[in-house]
Amino acid sequence: MSQHAEPHSREAELHIVSPKVYVAVALSLLALTAATCAISYIDLGVFNAVVALAIAVIKASLVVLFFMHMKYSSRLIKLTAFAGLFVFLTLISMTMADYISRAWGRW
Amino acid sequence: MAEVQHQHPPYQRHHFESVAQQFDATNFAMWLFLLTEVMFFGGLFTAYLIMRNWYYPAFVEASHHLSIFWGTTNTAVLITSSFTLAMGVWCAETRRKSGLVLCLVLTFILGLVFLCIKGIEWHAEWVDHHVPGLRFSDADFINPALDPSIYKEYHDRPLSPGMALKTEEYFFLYFAMTGMHALHMVVGICILGFIICRAWAGAYTSGHVTFVENFGLYWHFVDIIWIFLYPLLYLISRHT
Repeated sequence: MSQHAEPHSREAELHIVSPKVYVAVALSLLALTAATCAISYIDLGVFNAVVALAIAVIKASLVVLFFMHMKYSSRLIKLTAFAGLFVFLTLISMTMADYISRAWGRW
Repeated sequence: MAEVQHQHPPYQRHHFESVAQQFDATNFAMWLFLLTEVMFFGGLFTAYLIMRNWYYPAFVEASHHLSIFWGTTNTAVLITSSFTLAMGVWCAETRRKSGLVLCLVLTFILGLVFLCIKGIEWHAEWVDHHVPGLRFSDADFINPALDPSIYKEYHDRPLSPGMALKTEEYFFLYFAMTGMHALHMVVGICILGFIICRAWAGAYTSGHVTFVENFGLYWHFVDIIWIFLYPLLYLISRHT
């Protein structure tokens, strides 16, 4: 157990997420999966897609925050993940802006 | 002589100042890799978004031929595998070797179950002539009554021959997206097999959790891709 004497032992700094949190997150994810499946059987018009994607975003956030430990990560990691999301959304909106405006009035 | 004051555990590489620095650097690198993966799958998702808007009737009716039962089951399987792997990371952090091996083996099995279910679905699409390029026919979409089980549920209207052709675009994107996702699963399962052997030898329960933690990031990322594929491919086209 020589590591314990080490001043910069990772274990002292590492945030260990408790199994209770993992169980709660997993049950929420399964419940949300059942919910999104059930809601798809109800006719909500255009809102079917909106609700399904909103639930997917909530599920992905739960996975990133707890399973991927984003909630307990350094600001560098938080900024990195946010940068990725930001670039992805920017590229999608620029592509969509191009497709929408190119045939303006002809759709 | 500098070695004397530079004592470190065997799993710490020489070029790192401390285990903490090593963990932060590799963790950061893993996130950068995942960003490139976001861009890779992002292109496929964007293509799907644009094609679905262009050929909306074809995409809606083609999506009716997927099995929501298998899609939902696979989502549950993948979420459970993410949970078992997260528990594995906890076991590694708290130095429980048998717990870690058990969690990793469960994750491994659930990953294989996911691929088997995906195989069942792909086989059904092969039988139904819905594999673009290899075995494709748009007869089901020109005359939806040909497939009574689907027709009974959705009462799809016949598509014009031009639009019916575009169902092949849907299945092309379906196979590209689920195929690339499955390829990531196969790679993940291979790495997982390696990790199980190392964990069995006790490599990750002596304070060295970096590799398991970073592999977890990859596995959870692949899970997130499926979390978005599931509603987009299976669910949102039930009602038009």
